[in-house]
Amino acid sequence: MKTTKLYSSQKKLGAKMIEFFGWEMPVNFSGIIEEHMAVRTKAGLFDVSHMGEIMISGKQALDFVQYLTPNNAARLTPDKAQYTALTTPKGTFIDDMLVYCLDEDKYLCVVNAANSDKDYEWILSHKGGFDVSVENQSDRYTQLAIQGREAEAILQSLTGINLDEMKTFRTARGSVAGVGALVSRTGYTGEDGFEIYTQSENPAKIWDALLEEGKTRGLLPIGLGARDTLRLEATLMLYGNDIDETTTVLEAGLGWLVKFKKGDFLGREVLLKQKEEGLRRKIVGFEILGRGIARPHYSVFINGEKVSAVNSGSYSPYLKKSIGLTYLPIEHTEEGTELDVEIRGHLVKAKVIPLPFYKRDY
Amino acid sequence: MYPEEYHYTKDHEWIKVENDEAVVGITDFAQKQLGDVVYVELPQVGAVFEFHQSLGVIESVKAVSDIYSPLSGEVIAINEELDGSPEIVNEDPHGKGWIIRLKLRDETEIEKLMSVSEYEKFLEGLED
Repeated sequence: MKTTKLYSSQKKLGAKMIEFFGWEMPVNFSGIIEEHMAVRTKAGLFDVSHMGEIMISGKQALDFVQYLTPNNAARLTPDKAQYTALTTPKGTFIDDMLVYCLDEDKYLCVVNAANSDKDYEWILSHKGGFDVSVENQSDRYTQLAIQGREAEAILQSLTGINLDEMKTFRTARGSVAGVGALVSRTGYTGEDGFEIYTQSENPAKIWDALLEEGKTRGLLPIGLGARDTLRLEATLMLYGNDIDETTTVLEAGLGWLVKFKKGDFLGREVLLKQKEEGLRRKIVGFEILGRGIARPHYSVFINGEKVSAVNSGSYSPYLKKSIGLTYLPIEHTEEGTELDVEIRGHLVKAKVIPLPFYKRDY
Repeated sequence: MYPEEYHYTKDHEWIKVENDEAVVGITDFAQKQLGDVVYVELPQVGAVFEFHQSLGVIESVKAVSDIYSPLSGEVIAINEELDGSPEIVNEDPHGKGWIIRLKLRDETEIEKLMSVSEYEKFLEGLED
């Protein structure tokens, strides 16, 4: 199994490790709920080095990224990042990802760990006549995330980058705890926060310094367990659960990242048609009104008829109820629609509620 | 860590035998594996269970896990505290986090259970 450069630092902190798509990663340290609440109320530190990084560079790098993705990469400058997707010609997801413009002709795609090899192959196979080179740099990068309302203050004490001036989805290069890094105001928790990329051989210096500096501000190390509950509350999609090669970008409620006016891209035609004709199904959020927790793949019924299956579903530590996502026929997507979720052989009442489940108030 | 006078199962339940009754809970190892418990589904008092029949379910944030009846018998009490405060299972698994009390049907079944030293050896075998 692969491990990140922060493996031993995390073991020392008592991390409980699990296998995650070939990586040995921490699922929790002190406990999912405590970690979850630390991020919601103070701050949390994540090792997300399992994420993949694919570099697209060369004279036509921008044109190629534009062709592969529905968002408008032409709006990127070397201090910006963008949430986007790798789409199939059907407008469905090969993956969702962040694209960083590192230089005029250099774009770094940060992709899901489970998909990095598939994505790399996909990108290569669509290179065609584009004058670009594509490199899978996943093994080079360590990626940390510090998230929560205290994140800025903690990180600021270790870097010369002016974080106060850095807006959401902006990036800067500088040193963090004496280690060269790329920092962006991004994250996967619904909180304010930053992601830090470094190619250093000793990224534990950053990890240790952040934990030390964050001690007095309630910073905790966070595992993949709380990462999942945090992103679900914030209604950030998880590839493999909520989006995949069978769900279109529009059905997933991500129409805001599809920029039809930018020109051609993979899936444009299908997505445009879907937009004009209207969706037949779309993703909704629901809460369980009875007892139990909706887990992925559980059946969803309306008036006794099976209409879908649960995508993501979990107990929500912040809202203290069971929540989930599912794709419903468009006529049943209205807020308040009553559903039944089959939990271990019993139908349990649920209802459609507005998304996102959680939105920060600062 | 693990009370001397309890018995244990490979499903990580503990059993405290009191005459012809038994209190059942899950072990510290089990609660650590599960993580934060958020919901415990318990049987009705009066329900009768065979040895190793599923008598309830524990849900943590991450996982669902069956609770198996470690002995055959009738449920004579359930821990109602777990309804509002399931986290007791994490906080005090061998005490206040008890799950059910059974009236035993066949006390010779107790011999099939592990002693504390056997359970601890069993746990060592599970590590790596």
